[in-house]
Amino acid sequence: MTRGQAGLLFAAPALCILAVFFLLPVCAALALSVTDFDIYALADLRNLRFVGLRNYVELLSRPLFWKALGNTLYFTAVGVPLSVAASIGAALLVNSRLVRFRGFFRTALFAPVVTTLVAVAIIWRYLLHTRYGLINFGLGRLGIGPVDWLGNPHFAMPSIILFSVWKNFGYNMVIVLAALQNIPEDLYEAAGLDGASAWQQFRHVTLPMLGPTLLFVSILTVAGYFQLFAEPYVMTQGGPAQSTVSVLYLLYEEGFRWWNLGMASAVAFILFLMMFAVTALQLRFGRGAET
Amino acid sequence: MRRPALVLLLCALPVAIAACARGETQTVLRFWAMGRESEVVTELLPEFERTHPGIKVKVEQLPWTAAHEKLLTAVAGDSTPDVCELGNTWIPELVALKALAPLDARIAASTGIASADYFPGIWATNVIGGSTFGVPWYVDTRLLFYRTDLVRDAGFPDPPRSWSEWQRVLAAVVAHGSGEHYAILLPLDEFEPLLALALQQPEPLLVDGGVRANFASAAFERTLDFYVGMFRKGYAPGVSSSQISNVWTEFGRGYFAFYISGPWNIGEFQRRLPPELAGRWMTAPLPGPDGPGASIAGGASLAVFGHSRHQDAAWQLVEYLSRPSVQERFHALTGDLPPRRSAWESAAIAGDPYARAFRDQLERARPVPQVPEWERIVQEMRLVAERVVRAQLSVHDGARELNATADRMLAKRRQLTAEGATL
Repeated sequence: MTRGQAGLLFAAPALCILAVFFLLPVCAALALSVTDFDIYALADLRNLRFVGLRNYVELLSRPLFWKALGNTLYFTAVGVPLSVAASIGAALLVNSRLVRFRGFFRTALFAPVVTTLVAVAIIWRYLLHTRYGLINFGLGRLGIGPVDWLGNPHFAMPSIILFSVWKNFGYNMVIVLAALQNIPEDLYEAAGLDGASAWQQFRHVTLPMLGPTLLFVSILTVAGYFQLFAEPYVMTQGGPAQSTVSVLYLLYEEGFRWWNLGMASAVAFILFLMMFAVTALQLRFGRGAET
Repeated sequence: MRRPALVLLLCALPVAIAACARGETQTVLRFWAMGRESEVVTELLPEFERTHPGIKVKVEQLPWTAAHEKLLTAVAGDSTPDVCELGNTWIPELVALKALAPLDARIAASTGIASADYFPGIWATNVIGGSTFGVPWYVDTRLLFYRTDLVRDAGFPDPPRSWSEWQRVLAAVVAHGSGEHYAILLPLDEFEPLLALALQQPEPLLVDGGVRANFASAAFERTLDFYVGMFRKGYAPGVSSSQISNVWTEFGRGYFAFYISGPWNIGEFQRRLPPELAGRWMTAPLPGPDGPGASIAGGASLAVFGHSRHQDAAWQLVEYLSRPSVQERFHALTGDLPPRRSAWESAAIAGDPYARAFRDQLERARPVPQVPEWERIVQEMRLVAERVVRAQLSVHDGARELNATADRMLAKRRQLTAEGATL
């Protein structure tokens, strides 16, 4: 047995699992996406037709798809930078020697990540309530009239973004914190001796040293934020006026509510291609920034 | 180390076989029920198991929100139960999937179940293509809950009976009250109020045997105009139910005087309204375009699955749960309204003043179009109505857009029907 064969043998169990649980379903989904699989086909497979790219064409011509795509891009474009910035800010804060009770703050800021989404979503719905919510109460104190956070199509997505950022930034904070602690102290000492201000130290020492970590964090966050689903599912059910329907929410509705698996598979593939493209862009951008 | 385990396994084998053999003499029925009914029905079953020795019923509880998905997945995975509680709008879908057993022969042979005793609109929701696939278990229809004091103060001693009367009452209630208030609550995320009004028109919502939409008709446009008009004229707030923290509190405060809702709210209103409001609210049949109008024939039915191996036992359970005496107990436990006229004769329900309007309304309940696509179409109807209310579309354009969308959803059904497939 050669080394190569031995290697393959060792990798075989993992490859088998990948093939059965990943490759096969993906191929099946691709095949489904060119059929009109619906409940009539579920009843009788003779009602299944090959429709070529019709699902894709129909999807691309549906205003709801573009709306969902727009909503998802809006969520990602605003949510990811906010989330990463919040993570960096929180990590700097809990890493600073000036702050007391750092252990407590680390735990407190990480707590939203480990809480159940559905439970905290219900609490946020109370916070965001138009007439009795704490947020509008605070705004009222500042002389700002009540905002219909979850009921107004213009404010529903910002509310969801706010909630998601709050829910997720702690996870990235931990990663950024680990990276911060790996930056050698002498770099700051040298910068301090050269007369760099705190901001200059952050800009020219901390950020470049965090570069690879931030790339990693942003790729993970973008991938996660593109798959926006649970937040609108629990808080708004896609409303008001479909302003919080995301691509994944559309997929869920098509596939599991209406059982249009052909169409749902087409949505899944478009989402996959989009995420693939965005991640490739990020990687290229990240490499460009490194060299 | 291996051998003792093997020996143990061999010893256990006869025991397991014996256990299986014993299981065969007793039929275990899998009964899927949802929500509150699934909790309550267990109290009715000991009596059934006592009178039907040899049958044991295993109730499996499903939440309403996940039930539809679970059912379709069960059909796809061939793991359907024996008996199931079904929202009656799901029946067409499960019939299209050929999942339900037709019950006509059993009903004809049954002494306990007589279709003439049931409200006709409710019974009709179970009949598809001439065959009956379910027996109504309880009914749900929508009508008016209203504040008698606010309506009387506005100058109307009686509830409205027609659309024009209703408009006058709504205008008077808005003009009469003080503080931030409206006359009626029509949550934008609920399709039922608009659907109930649309069913009052003589024109059907789908035509040509349910393969073509009919929302561009003058009748539907009139309904949509009436519905949207209640928002435009300031009678109804443009809100969804998640923005109303608590319907009962707001109703008690007089934030609105009319609310279109179903039977479960009789109990909720009695429990949750402050005591000083007792006697200051009532139910009334839904006003129609000219005189008392129709409403939705909703509710849940009991159905037997075609792949069940215990269909005879399953039918006995359906017959038992349909007995008027059992239905009376079921009503006492849940507040769900019985679908049979004979069950309405019991003292408990006949003496309930809040149920009286429902008894009247049920005679005029109409089924929704019976096609699997309907649930989807009705969601689309709600979305279009919401956009019209938010002034993103005109009434006329809204009706036409809804018609086009619904027609597109029915395309495959149209095609299959044209090819002569039996659906």
